[in-house]
Amino acid sequence: MRSFTYERAGSPAAAAAAAARTEGARFIAGGTNLLDLMKLEIETPTHLIDVNGLALDKIETTTEGGLRIGALVRNTDLAADERVRRDYGLLSRALLAGASGQLRNKATTAGNLLQRTRCPYFYDTNQPCNKRQPGSGCAAIGGFTRPLAVIGTSDACIATHPSDMAVAMRALDATVETVRPDGTARGIPIAEFHRLPGDTPDIETTLAPGELITAVTLPKPVGGKHIYRKVRDRASYAFALVSVAAIVQPDGTGRVALGGVAHRPWRVEAAETEMPRGAKAVAERLLAGAKPTDENAFKLPLVERTLGAVLAEAKG
Amino acid sequence: MRFDTPATTNPIDQLRVVGKPVDRIDGQLKTTGTAPYAYERHDVVANQAYGYVVGSAIAKGRITSIDLSTARRAPGVLAIVTADNAGRLEKGRFNTARLLGGPDIEHYDQAIALVVAETFEQARAAAQLIRVDYVRAEGAFDLADIKDSHGGDDNSAVGDFAGAFVAAPVKIDGTYSTPDHSHAMMEPHASIAAWDGDRLTVWTSNQMINWTKGDLATTLGVASENIRLISPFIGGGFGGKLFLRCDTVLAALGARAAGRPVKVALPRPFMFNNTTHRPATIQRIRIGAARDGKITAIGHEAWSGDLPGGGPENAVQQTRLLYAGANRMTAMRLAVLDLPEGNAMRAPGEAPGLMALEIAMDEMAEKLGLDPIEFRVLNDTQVDPENPARPFSQRQLVECLRTGADRFGWDKRNGQPGRLRDGRWLVGMGVAAGFRNNLLTASGARVRLDSSGVVTVETDMTDIGTGSYTIIAQTAAEMMGVPLDKVAVRLGDSAFPVSAGSGGQWGANNSTAGVYAACVKLREAVVQKLGFNSADAVFADSLVSSGNRGVPLAEAALASGLVAEDAIEYGDLARRYQQSTFAAHFVEVGVDVATGETRIRRMLAVCAAGRILNPKTARSQVIGAMTMGVGAALMEELAVDKRAGFFVNHDLAGYEVPVHADIPHQEVVFLDETDPISSPMKAKGVGELGLCGVGAAIANAIYNATGVRVRDYPVTLDKLLAGLPEA
Ligand SMILES: Cc1cc2nc3c(=O)[nH]c(=O)nc-3n(C[C@H](O)[C@H](O)[C@H](O)COP(=O)(O)OP(=O)(O)OC[C@H]3O[C@@H](n4cnc5c(N)ncnc54)[C@H](O)[C@@H]3O)c2cc1C
Ligand code: SF4
Repeated sequence: MRSFTYERAGSPAAAAAAAARTEGARFIAGGTNLLDLMKLEIETPTHLIDVNGLALDKIETTTEGGLRIGALVRNTDLAADERVRRDYGLLSRALLAGASGQLRNKATTAGNLLQRTRCPYFYDTNQPCNKRQPGSGCAAIGGFTRPLAVIGTSDACIATHPSDMAVAMRALDATVETVRPDGTARGIPIAEFHRLPGDTPDIETTLAPGELITAVTLPKPVGGKHIYRKVRDRASYAFALVSVAAIVQPDGTGRVALGGVAHRPWRVEAAETEMPRGAKAVAERLLAGAKPTDENAFKLPLVERTLGAVLAEAKG
Repeated sequence: MRFDTPATTNPIDQLRVVGKPVDRIDGQLKTTGTAPYAYERHDVVANQAYGYVVGSAIAKGRITSIDLSTARRAPGVLAIVTADNAGRLEKGRFNTARLLGGPDIEHYDQAIALVVAETFEQARAAAQLIRVDYVRAEGAFDLADIKDSHGGDDNSAVGDFAGAFVAAPVKIDGTYSTPDHSHAMMEPHASIAAWDGDRLTVWTSNQMINWTKGDLATTLGVASENIRLISPFIGGGFGGKLFLRCDTVLAALGARAAGRPVKVALPRPFMFNNTTHRPATIQRIRIGAARDGKITAIGHEAWSGDLPGGGPENAVQQTRLLYAGANRMTAMRLAVLDLPEGNAMRAPGEAPGLMALEIAMDEMAEKLGLDPIEFRVLNDTQVDPENPARPFSQRQLVECLRTGADRFGWDKRNGQPGRLRDGRWLVGMGVAAGFRNNLLTASGARVRLDSSGVVTVETDMTDIGTGSYTIIAQTAAEMMGVPLDKVAVRLGDSAFPVSAGSGGQWGANNSTAGVYAACVKLREAVVQKLGFNSADAVFADSLVSSGNRGVPLAEAALASGLVAEDAIEYGDLARRYQQSTFAAHFVEVGVDVATGETRIRRMLAVCAAGRILNPKTARSQVIGAMTMGVGAALMEELAVDKRAGFFVNHDLAGYEVPVHADIPHQEVVFLDETDPISSPMKAKGVGELGLCGVGAAIANAIYNATGVRVRDYPVTLDKLLAGLPEA
């Protein structure tokens, strides 16, 4: 770990301004991802801005009838919130499918959205990795790719986004609220928040330098059955090989987002029109253009089968 | 004490303390976090500095230059050890690759430097500042690719295997594979080294004190008597800590360079590429049988790879002994691979061997139209099939299978695969035989009686979480006729008599037999001191008595105490009798019909392994081993990067082992057994038996659930999906 300086920000705007001012600064929230990466010198911030004291840890009802979730709300608290469990069961289930109780106690809403990939080569500083060290190459392509992405990949990177929570947020049409270094606020629709790798896999979101997440808002509840199905090699405490987040209405329409397949939570709204026709039709459109490797091609039938099981469960 | 004729009645048979499910005597230390592990021994020597290891970034080749200048100037740095400045280092008996590499590199993450600094953080930060240039050399990293270029050795052959196999009316010829595995124990390798002149003391975490002390002496060129190794508590080893590793060597070198004590713990990624692992195997099994199910030909070949000078994974061992059959062959073939060093892990040999053999037996039973249990019973043997004049000392495999079938409800299994459904789950049952040899090795101990009647046992035996402290205390209590709380046990110190150590499930039987031998001597000394006739003196309730005379045991100890030391040594009983342990493993699994995820529903192990010295610690061993079997069957796999030559998933997020949610229900039954051929304790090993066969029982259960036969471990969902019905 490199030496760094540390400050506690006084307000969200001050935090953003401080981040823009200091080259190599990073926010730190729960630290469950950032500290691990710093120990391995995958991330080498020169300055940490602690955002834990910014009173961003509340869940409030919005005037539109939705929820505004503070950036610092812990994953445990979010999953347990009565309103979330009642109206956004998908979110609660996705959170509880992730990490472990101890980690969820520390992990925050913003930190979870911004957690970095679990591509194993990203974690080995001896290996080339365009995400860790732009321009160095991608060790994963042609190597061990079983856990990696099957769609939306590029020649520069085939990593996945590992979050469960973000997949639910995508299906729920969340908006990421931020404050910029100049003090202005904006809302970024979750669909535009995470980027595909393209030529710059090191740039993972559309956040500007120094921009601080203050909250994530959910529109008013849409009803329906909320199912989050995470598929993995062991029963708990593992990242998804594939996950399916679905909201299914009584008439068979609904929404579907996938985890474990791409560099961002994967949702194709147009595919959802096929939902009444069943999993095969949906999966075909969701995964059109997929470019899996030999080792991870199984994810394509796995998505279809899992989605089939989810739709059957919604009906039953 | 020489043990060369079968044991007759002895004080252990009283079973007043031995054989009872007593709690671990070290349990409180463990549960309160007060058992001192190697890296935490801040108190044993002052002024400790911290070492951080640097590993090679390439798998094979040479270091062309190594630039230490920036690291040297980094805050807190005291010294940097590399092959250039370490002086001459020899290679120990048990290592394949050198523990400090450079300029030649033999495998990825081979240690090439140690940075010593005032704090751990400083050492780690400075380690990142070392700049190394390499030239890579071509390496071989893919076992499947090169296996055929290596000829046969270590063959065993009886009768005419080839002829009998061709002639057999029913046969199978299958190829199976097991991947590289990592020990993944909780506590990483760690050592603190301190020099006092030319004398070296090391607090470490090691299963085999005497081996490691010897290899450390060899490596450093220091006289063995000048080295003391101390390892009283070990946070898991599973074979990964049988040998000297770089933490110990580099702590010693670092301490010499810095002129003060140095502690080194290997970071988690080093567990995978720097230390040893269980090598992958490819196995071919051919079985031929008559239509009645009697095996007429059985052949097992196994390929594995290791660095030059390394050894094979003995995956064929059990096939020489487990089933009858007049015509038989086995062969082990060793390829040279430039992956990290392979070595013993969690029941080496039998664990991967049975993963293949016991699937083959399941396939054969199906071909013959026989129940898998009946097929195994039909081919039981009470003698070494390669040498029928040599009986098994005890062999209750059939009883294990029958008892287990009853307990588990085997009669409810549908022999037709893929028929049983419970909601989203396809449900199936599987069985496999468990087999692991019982190994005899000399083991010594010293026992001291003091004037308060306390018996203290000292031996360099280790407790790697297995319960050695407890069964040794039980043995001494039984022998000396004192309650458990009048026994103190001190382990894991090279100042104590050399024991069997912990490995290969040989620890319990041999180390307690050594304590037995020392206690026999102490009893003689006591009897003499108190003026009894040794033949009829009874040791019980802290008294020694004969006729109507009873004297407190404590009286035999003078102020200085009464000390006896002895070792158990073995004659040729192991040659005259085959000594093995047996089990039957039963597993019920559910396979998600849509996703192919396999989840264990319940497991049962029935074990016949000699006298069970403590049913509680033995059960803990077996359920832990069964859990390892689940890992091997369903998820454990070191992913090899075949271009760069290293294990890619080198942390506990990428290398998955079972978590609690994977293990819903385990049951263990020990058959009543004593084996007078094995030792005066009449006990045998049991820990590794709990693992041997589990993987195949799971694979067979998955087949029974789904009708999909997977021969390549781990049995992950991607291998099942194509064979599953429409959800
Ligand atoms: C062993 C393990 C297993 C796990 N398993 C899972 C799993 O199964 N599923 C899953 O979804 N996740 C899993 N996780 C990941 C976990 O969810 C994340 O580590 C956690 O959500 C990160 O939150 P944090 O608050 O600790 O973030 P930090 O580590 O504090 O920060 C992460 C990143 O977010 C940035 N950041 C933090 N707050 C803000 C803000 N307000 N504005 C802008 N930037 C900010 C930081 O600068 C940093 O770059 C696992 C983690 C571990 C260690
Ligand atoms: S897939 Fe992406 S994260 Fe993984 S090595 Fe390639 S560039 Fe790095």
